[in-house]
Amino acid sequence: MSATGLLASYEYLDSTVDAIEGLRKAGFKVKAYAPYPEHHIEEALGYGQSPVRVWTLVGALTGTATGFAFTIWTSMEWPLAVGGKPMISIPAFVPIIFEMTVLFGALSTVIGLFILSRLPNIKPAVVYDPEFTAGRYGVYVEAGADRVAEARKILNAQEPIELREGEGEDNV
Amino acid sequence: MSVATKDRTARGALTHPDLTRLDDVNRDVLNVLKTPGKGWWAMLLISLAGVGMFLGAWGWQMYRGLGVSGLNSPVGWGVYITTFVFWVGIAHSGTLISAILFLFRAPWRQSIYRAAEAMTVFAVMTAGLFPLIHVGRLWHAYWLIPYPNSRFLWPNFKSPLVWDVFAVTTYFTVSAVFFYLGTIPDVAAARDRATGLRKKLYQVMSLGWQGTDRQWHHFGKAYIFLAALATPLVLSVHSVVSWDFAMSIVPGWHATIFAPYFVAGAIFSGVGMVITLTVPLRKIFGLEAYLTTKHFDAMAKLCLLTSMIVLYAYLSEFFMAWYSGEEIERTAFWNRLFGDYWWATWTMLTCNGLVPVMLWFKRVRHSIPALFVISIFINIGMWFERFVIVVTSLHHEYEPFAWGIYRPSTTEMMIMVGSFAWFGFWFLLFTRLIPPIAIQELKEVMPPPMRKQKEAH
Repeated sequence: MSATGLLASYEYLDSTVDAIEGLRKAGFKVKAYAPYPEHHIEEALGYGQSPVRVWTLVGALTGTATGFAFTIWTSMEWPLAVGGKPMISIPAFVPIIFEMTVLFGALSTVIGLFILSRLPNIKPAVVYDPEFTAGRYGVYVEAGADRVAEARKILNAQEPIELREGEGEDNV
Repeated sequence: MSVATKDRTARGALTHPDLTRLDDVNRDVLNVLKTPGKGWWAMLLISLAGVGMFLGAWGWQMYRGLGVSGLNSPVGWGVYITTFVFWVGIAHSGTLISAILFLFRAPWRQSIYRAAEAMTVFAVMTAGLFPLIHVGRLWHAYWLIPYPNSRFLWPNFKSPLVWDVFAVTTYFTVSAVFFYLGTIPDVAAARDRATGLRKKLYQVMSLGWQGTDRQWHHFGKAYIFLAALATPLVLSVHSVVSWDFAMSIVPGWHATIFAPYFVAGAIFSGVGMVITLTVPLRKIFGLEAYLTTKHFDAMAKLCLLTSMIVLYAYLSEFFMAWYSGEEIERTAFWNRLFGDYWWATWTMLTCNGLVPVMLWFKRVRHSIPALFVISIFINIGMWFERFVIVVTSLHHEYEPFAWGIYRPSTTEMMIMVGSFAWFGFWFLLFTRLIPPIAIQELKEVMPPPMRKQKEAH
């Protein structure tokens, strides 16, 4: 069954939030566009905690463990007696371990972000308005032939600047 | 309706009153990326000439060997290490402004942080070249990096120099990633207005960003965590750089105060450099509505604070040398003030301790030409600070027979001056390619457009 994608562009934040709330109440899956991170839209869409934090934590702990393992293993593999310090001198390894914690944590956060937000996004959206990166908010909804009219009514109730249509399926 | 009015009035308090519509920001900031003027091309040519001099001098040193520099026993660290520390220090305020002030929600950072962050990335790129220049035999530089080799030789992880390799490479990687991530939504905004080849380039650089709710949701969180990781990182990097000195037993280097002293100095010099860079940026591209006196006032206050910390560190070093009763320590610091390099020390004290006193006056903080001049003094003073630490300590160590004088050679000076051109070259490209003011973050602090509010009027 082919779906119809409806994309409404709004000038005002409150209209956008109302449209999202109306659509979600009616049981539609909604995608929203905004020119900047807007927490009112996130709240209207019912977002909880982002799992990016798990990526950060696991990455950072992996870095710590790698740092410990690497410095200790290499010091045993090639013993260098320097500065009257013991072969395995943890305090001297702390800077290395710390840097590896940060490095792994940061890179893992970015990988997590890319996977979770589906970047890079090479598949073009069914309908898109370049004004979303300038000053407009957008609400996108997909509906089968039986429910298109209902979705359109909810979107129109908030007086969009523009309402576009496209055929196909998007990763809502 | 769930959008609170209280929230709306709180926002926008710090943006310019002329800015009312969200897409005004796109218009003004993306305008910077349009066809460059003659001035830009002239600056690009000058910086390219400087890069040519830089590479020429470095090539000459590679061909002839380190003998073309003034480095010799007892002063084995000279202008190269001075300039390395200088550029790493410059980098620091960029991360301070982009990460630390982000976590503290300092609202004045929005307009300057993009330029400051770009400065960080390019400054670390410049700094990273200096250890390579300094080692002389560039083709052996990869020995610093731990890699599995046939004889199972590993770097000495107890050495601060190896810590430094890890700190600086991590710093470069993380700050470059942080910088790139922040530009994605803005490059997408540029993409949506661009045409032709530029559009293609921005399409690739923005990774298909569209500003969907899912993207913003994870982006916001990832940004916070990256900032939280970058904050201790930036403090660690200059601490590690300071331990390159403090872990040795050279009088004038062996001090526990070094890590905080270096970090404060780094932020001091870096904020100075941000002022030096943003004053012309604002003027040339007509960004007066975005970089207001409020922003410069805040930066000037940060300079004033760090200048006092740095001055306190200088004075406490002199005091500790006297109070310790240690003759060698006392001699080292007496020599610093009145010895062969007295001129470097007094330049440092004047530029970093005396000149910033003017920042106590509001009139000075609100005068952009005055701030520009003071920022140049800060840049010079902080370069001399590192010169004083590196050279005056080494040339006058323990044994009198091992004392000596170091004079930087022409090659060294050409490389040092050329590094500014190399940095400037990247910064010039940046102003043409990436929106130099964070579009999306500015919109976040602007009052959002509301229909109900409009109808109420």
